[in-house]
Amino acid sequence: MFTILAEHGSALLSGLGYTLAASLMALLGSLVIGTAFALFEISHRKWLRIIGRIYVEVVRNIPLLVIALGFYVIVPRYVMPMDGFTAGTIGLTIYTSAFIAETVRAGIESVAVGQMEGARSVGLTYTQAMVQIIFPQAIKIVVPPLGNQFINLVKNSSVLAFVAGFDLMYEGKIVANATFSTFDTYLAVGLLYLVLTMPLSYLMRYLEKHWVSA
Amino acid sequence: MAKRRLRPLLLLVAFLALALAGCGKSVADRDALAHAKATNKLVWGVKADTRLFGLMNIKTDQIEGFDIDMAKAITKQILGPKGKADLVQVTSDTRVPMLKGGNVDAVIATMTITPDRQKVLNFSQPYFNAGQALLVKKGSPIKSVKDLVKGTKVIGVQGSNSVDNVKKAAPQTQVLQLSDYAQAFTALKSGQGDALTTDNGILYGMSEQDHDYVVVGGTFTKEPYGIAMNKGQDNLTKAMNTAVDQLRANGTYAKLINKWFKGIPGFSLKEVE
Repeated sequence: MFTILAEHGSALLSGLGYTLAASLMALLGSLVIGTAFALFEISHRKWLRIIGRIYVEVVRNIPLLVIALGFYVIVPRYVMPMDGFTAGTIGLTIYTSAFIAETVRAGIESVAVGQMEGARSVGLTYTQAMVQIIFPQAIKIVVPPLGNQFINLVKNSSVLAFVAGFDLMYEGKIVANATFSTFDTYLAVGLLYLVLTMPLSYLMRYLEKHWVSA
Repeated sequence: MAKRRLRPLLLLVAFLALALAGCGKSVADRDALAHAKATNKLVWGVKADTRLFGLMNIKTDQIEGFDIDMAKAITKQILGPKGKADLVQVTSDTRVPMLKGGNVDAVIATMTITPDRQKVLNFSQPYFNAGQALLVKKGSPIKSVKDLVKGTKVIGVQGSNSVDNVKKAAPQTQVLQLSDYAQAFTALKSGQGDALTTDNGILYGMSEQDHDYVVVGGTFTKEPYGIAMNKGQDNLTKAMNTAVDQLRANGTYAKLINKWFKGIPGFSLKEVE
């Protein structure tokens, strides 16, 4: 394994860079899109609720690989050109956003109904009540499951390998094929994923302690 | 705190390493020929995504192609008329690990004999001579490997040596590696690359499937296909070589070439034998 890291380290590190970039973009993107659809799902307007529901149910029930391949082979043919890295990252963002929508929705709904009613009765608007009363309470509930989603996202970014996205898994497959030492290569790849996911794991744990006890 | 958390992790890694080192032996290293004779069957790794050589026919649920017919004919030569050829699907990037792991006895899957592969595998004598070429959309400005200049993208398949060859022949081009030929061809059709490169036989198969795509520029490498076996399976390798000789001598080989490659440029018996 150490010879693999010594001889093909630069290829794997470049892959690690692409994985990190794709993960960061997908993390931010899915958090924004996911939260938006969570708000749709709990909206008072029925049509927004329906849109939110359909989005979440369709997206989270299709395999990530199918979504990513859709962006890689179907979108370029009929809509616009799109390379593998972009297609994979967009697929990953959309897939994860459905799970984040469910997580955030559950968090908001677990805050007692009385909180919203109380806030409205003292004269806050719906938006003010959401931002100032509900969100701060929901965040404490949402952080641990959100951490899970983020860790899954980093690992799921390996889908880029199947659309020539130059990520860690893609480079790993190439190195494994070039050296014929499949096991050692994937062991190195696994350790490099840990380099990304372990700090993320600890960060989420820190946030959890910080916010939940605040 | 952190130290204590790491300890089970290290233990796990050490355990996995030991477990995998332990099971590396046995199955893959036993005499494959003796085992095949005892069970009256040879387990072959074959392609199922490559027209003309090994392609899954979705109507009959059978894999069909030149490599498949060769595998069956060789099995009968080695084990006798009652010998059974078990076909297991492999792709370019799984065929070496599957041989090394003992999942298959031999691989006959458009596999070029290269010095690098010979370090870790046994090969039979070449049974087919192909060469690498390019597949492009009709009317593409790319006419040969020389046109793969900076800014062009060429699609290949992971684990195939054609990827290394094209990097040498056209160092300026960007190579995109996909996991199998079906996916690579789909990516070409979606405009993910300007050309698809691999051996001419595989490309003619794709061109036959979709006439909007054509093979251009002739071949720029020589690709002798061999049957691959795990390193050290010398008895099986000898048996394979004898079987291929016998098939050439009794006319079966010529018949199979004719069956699959009749009328395809560059594939007369003289050129591939």
